Amino acid sequence: MDFTLDKKYEMAQNLFREFAQNEVKPLAQEIDENHRFPRETVDKMAKYGFLGIPVAKEDGGQGCDPLTYVMCVEELSKVCGTTGVIVSAHTSLCVDPIQTYGTPEQKAKYLPDLASGRKLGAFGLTEPGAGTDAQGQQTKAVLDGDEWVLNGSKCFITNGKEADVYIVIAVTGTVEKRGKKMKEISAFIVEKGTPGFTFGTKENKMGICASSTYELIFTDCRIPKDALLGQKGKGFNIAMHTLDGGRIGIAAQALGLAEGALETTIEYVKERKQFGRSIAQFQNTQFQLADMATKVEAAKLLVYKAAMTKAQYQIDHKTSYSVEAAMAKLCAAEVAMEVTTKCVQLHGGYGYIKEYDVERMMRDAKITEIYEGTSEVQRMVISASLLK
Amino acid sequence: MKVIVCVKQVPDTKGGVQFNPDGTLNRAAMLTIMNPDDKAGLEAALRLKDEYGAEVTVLTMGLPKAEDVLREAMAMGADKGILVTDRVLGGADTWATSTTIAGAIRNLEYDLIITGRQAIDGDTAQVGPQIAEHLGLPVISYAQEIKIDGDSVVVKRLYDDGYHMLKAKMPCLITALSELNAPRYMTPGGIFDALQADITVWGRANLVDVDDSNLGLKGSPTKIAKASDKVRKGSGEKVNLDAEESVSYIVGKLKDKHVI
Repeated sequence: MDFTLDKKYEMAQNLFREFAQNEVKPLAQEIDENHRFPRETVDKMAKYGFLGIPVAKEDGGQGCDPLTYVMCVEELSKVCGTTGVIVSAHTSLCVDPIQTYGTPEQKAKYLPDLASGRKLGAFGLTEPGAGTDAQGQQTKAVLDGDEWVLNGSKCFITNGKEADVYIVIAVTGTVEKRGKKMKEISAFIVEKGTPGFTFGTKENKMGICASSTYELIFTDCRIPKDALLGQKGKGFNIAMHTLDGGRIGIAAQALGLAEGALETTIEYVKERKQFGRSIAQFQNTQFQLADMATKVEAAKLLVYKAAMTKAQYQIDHKTSYSVEAAMAKLCAAEVAMEVTTKCVQLHGGYGYIKEYDVERMMRDAKITEIYEGTSEVQRMVISASLLK
Repeated sequence: MKVIVCVKQVPDTKGGVQFNPDGTLNRAAMLTIMNPDDKAGLEAALRLKDEYGAEVTVLTMGLPKAEDVLREAMAMGADKGILVTDRVLGGADTWATSTTIAGAIRNLEYDLIITGRQAIDGDTAQVGPQIAEHLGLPVISYAQEIKIDGDSVVVKRLYDDGYHMLKAKMPCLITALSELNAPRYMTPGGIFDALQADITVWGRANLVDVDDSNLGLKGSPTKIAKASDKVRKGSGEKVNLDAEESVSYIVGKLKDKHVI
């Protein structure tokens, strides 16, 4: 086992870091305050291939791997959690399921545009009555001739109004499983602009404020028969498998937030003077920094391991990365919340002021414990693998 | 169209500067970057690639680790990388460096050579024009803008009080200012490809029409007497005076030191 980064990862990390510092950090505070989606950053990321990192070159991507993608989300999130999740939701929740389950026609139709960032992707599973419990789905798709007719709504959708291509999960019938009637769930690819597909209210959130979070509404929305992604009735598996990957992206976002807050705080405690000394000279500060750095490093190893396990899956199509992803997300999200909260505390009153980045980072961190499977769901996934 | 871009790996000013006992820089021990003027020259060449399909070759002379700067250039979009490295070439001043690079370039076909105006370590601005001199090429320095017009280049050359518009027939050499453009970033896929790509490595034996007496430390007319990192100044003298008194105090001090 070798914990040193290959040259290619080192160079990629430098690239993402430089881009984040020059292009993302200067906007972070303004887009948060104005709840403004950073379209200009998305365009720049598209230009440099950041929206198709783990996608094969023949599909219009960069031909890199999950670890490179994770490093991108991590470095972006160090300076702006919103920018991190834009890339994560697009790549993990839209590009990945098309790559994994799409027909050759669907791949040819969508991947080049998505991987090059000409189009942005999103994923709709959550409904007002169905988050963690996917069986609570109400959105229906009924086959009518050569078309599926979608009715229902999805809520809290990241990249909501800004995306062009959406993966939508819907009920397509009922099936009997072990004598019980269960909903048959399928996945679909829906394009923006399809008649009957509209947007509801924009969510006014605590954190990741510049992220476009919307309700998607389908009213007799007719999509072609071949918009079905994967097999009919396999939507639940597709959604769960997609979320396994998504969790690695969110874990990387959480990791970046924790690292960003810690880096900022290390600089701050060296400057801030109390009782005639910099607060870095107090043992309380030193011990807290030591604890935080140790936890961040542990989270980083779990996140990188999950990414490398997913890379193995992409080679052999067998290796499961579900537990690795759940552990990475559980740990990184909780570390992010703890570290950003402590960083605010070390900043004292200034940490509560919006001018200081840690204030935003603490608000941004909270969502990583909730979306793409709450920490409680991660514990369910992990414990189920222990007790099976 | 074929473009050669000469790039140099220079110390990153964010890291510390280290010296060898002979006063030359200890390049092996320092953090490094691609020299900013050279990076602008590379960007100019890559724009010629975007617009005219030019083939871009990057060339550097340095330690084996200078290969990094070639891979970075290739991750930005350059097609080929050539590293000129050899113990006998070490310690070269601008004369020995330009002799070496010209000797390497004589192996290549080209329409245009672009170098940075100057490197942030030596700050001489001599190597580019010297290469042109060795190769018998016209040189346009301080390029702020480069355009192609048939078989010629049209260059906006920056001066203190304005600019010159110059036209030269290719082949020629242009030295670029970092103000020329904002260099593009690498791409993740570009990095992966660049690390797989072959780099051509040349030594003394590959240099064409050069004399050993013009190479390396021995072939360098420049002799470095002493080099040092910047020396920390003392805390100085503090005085508390009102505005008028302080003016005459400062004027007095400046007169004492024969500054005025």
